[in-house]
Amino acid sequence: MNPAVLSIKNLRTQFHTDEGIVHAVDGIDLMVRPGSVLGIVGESGSGKSVTALSVMRLIPQPPGRIVSGEIWFNGTDLMTLKEAEMQKVRGKRIAMIFQEPMTSLNPVFTVGNQISEMLRLHLKLSRKDARDRTIELLELVGIPSADRRSKEYPHQLSGGMRQRVMIAMAISCNPDLIFADEPTTALDVTIQAQILALLEQLRERLGMSLVLISHDLGVIAEVAHEVAIMYAGRIVEEAGTEELFAHPLHPYTQGLLASLPRFDKSGGRGERLRAIPGAVPKWTEHLPGCKFTPRCSVAISHCAQQEPPLKEIRPGHRVRCWVAFGEQT
Amino acid sequence: MDAGPLRSAEPITAGPSKTALLSVRNLKKYFPIRKGLWGRPGLRVHAVDDVSFDLQRGEILGLVGESGCGKSTTGRLILRLLEPTSGEVYFQNENIFNADTRRMRALRREMQIIFQDPYASLNPRLTIGATLEEPLIIHKTGNRSERRARVRQLLEKVGLDPDVVNRYPHEFSGGQRQRIGVARALTLNPKLIVADEPVSSLDVSIQAQVINLLEDVQQEYALSMIFIAHDLNIVRHISDRVAVMYLGRIVELGPATDLYRQPLHPYTEALLAAIPIPDPKAKRTRILLEGDLPSPVNLPKGCRFYSRCPKRIPDCLKEDPPLVQIRPGHSAACILAR
Repeated sequence: MNPAVLSIKNLRTQFHTDEGIVHAVDGIDLMVRPGSVLGIVGESGSGKSVTALSVMRLIPQPPGRIVSGEIWFNGTDLMTLKEAEMQKVRGKRIAMIFQEPMTSLNPVFTVGNQISEMLRLHLKLSRKDARDRTIELLELVGIPSADRRSKEYPHQLSGGMRQRVMIAMAISCNPDLIFADEPTTALDVTIQAQILALLEQLRERLGMSLVLISHDLGVIAEVAHEVAIMYAGRIVEEAGTEELFAHPLHPYTQGLLASLPRFDKSGGRGERLRAIPGAVPKWTEHLPGCKFTPRCSVAISHCAQQEPPLKEIRPGHRVRCWVAFGEQT
Repeated sequence: MDAGPLRSAEPITAGPSKTALLSVRNLKKYFPIRKGLWGRPGLRVHAVDDVSFDLQRGEILGLVGESGCGKSTTGRLILRLLEPTSGEVYFQNENIFNADTRRMRALRREMQIIFQDPYASLNPRLTIGATLEEPLIIHKTGNRSERRARVRQLLEKVGLDPDVVNRYPHEFSGGQRQRIGVARALTLNPKLIVADEPVSSLDVSIQAQVINLLEDVQQEYALSMIFIAHDLNIVRHISDRVAVMYLGRIVELGPATDLYRQPLHPYTEALLAAIPIPDPKAKRTRILLEGDLPSPVNLPKGCRFYSRCPKRIPDCLKEDPPLVQIRPGHSAACILAR
């Protein structure tokens, strides 16, 4: 028995490039509980978006390939599904919201048309029923004069409105799970607050689970119930949100939190930020030990030699760090 | 406590300020638009609509606001990368819009810009050495070996190995490219730098490195800086004073500490309340603004923020409130703040 909506086991996704194999996602395990929000935090190249695309089986192949792993979704391993079966899952039972709605909406169809299309395809609604349901959905996501707006094209809407349309589309088939990949990154802060509030309200009302992918620890702290921190294709730390922010154990997580200027705590001018030195390792770099070692301020000799496992060292709190395990050398 | 020299709390004077490095007065920039091929001309986007402020020597002024508020246009007008519709920008008491080409070239040595996207702002065909040397050649500074030495010194200053001079932009990471952007801005020893979203395209762990670098060079060269950003946390950290823009106007201007602790304008309040805090236990009062930014083409009557303001009263429709001083050095454009 598996109580999770989604449970990922040992997922590995690689990309073949001229310069060698890129281990974009390198053996991750994740679990999403029913009705909860899992936040995945990571910087560019950490593998957070590739994780989402792997679950949706949307990795372009070639150059990409899911090398191994199981993706259990409501009792089915998505990895074993044929493409035709996968198409029934995608959009209907697992939906996705992207960062830039302008690039994921079709510019030559009205937004109403695009939502209706989904409803007719997945739910086999009649033209008329699909239209009515579309208006309902647009109203549900807070678009004023939904009837008129449904006849507009994506470029006629503001960024915030377009993201609302994307959300309407994502919830249109009542999915069990939504992947939201940086859903508010392209939006202004006051609009971001509106969209986050909307997502939260819809999730509660419709009982969906949400995977929220973001680089913004503030957004994660406000929305997620559980958090996974990714670095160089791996999960380096995982815990409940309050636990993680109260007791960050991995030096990378600690470094991220310390490097953020905070208006509510800032000492203002003259106070130095504690930056993490260096940069994310290049794809081509092969590090035998912990991938964070070159940037880590507490690394010991063991760190560069052997990669630590992800181990639970506080209740419900797993970390991948020799120093956090208490090693000395 | 805030470091740096004491800031004048004088209200904005009619002409240029005697003491300020930069005085911006009644600056306006309207962009004409046409709807369709035969559309009615005469419609204009009010990108910057009567902006005035002073920038003191050695001061960092943060310019914040959401997309379309006119903050970047203001930055470009200050450097005269755009011509204004009306208004003046005085740099050391000289109206730069009256400068001829030759004079403007001399002024440009003193005023530099750092762009948001270090990928787009470096010429991919030039080595880093050539990119950094170019301004020195244009401004006929030093001989070849002096210029080369200057370039190496600049690279070291921004935390790069001077031996990278023969490399091309694509060989660098985003953070390194922004360091190059900073080096280029410093090449001619400017007095003023306009930094337009200098860290917003960088990863979180790299942002802090570049912010620290900007603060270091600002201190070392006693630079004045206009720091344009939408990230209110970063602006709070780096700025002496902060100007909040909405629809082409400054709606609040004050010392950073004061403005963040006791915002006067309802828009500033809402902005601050909307910043997600990386602490799940932080106690917040949510102010959710309704709707979107109104169109900067058909500006509403009265206060520009009226349509979204949670505190609006009928009187707000009577006039477009001017920016007036409420507390020492701290002004707001809101009738309720008075």
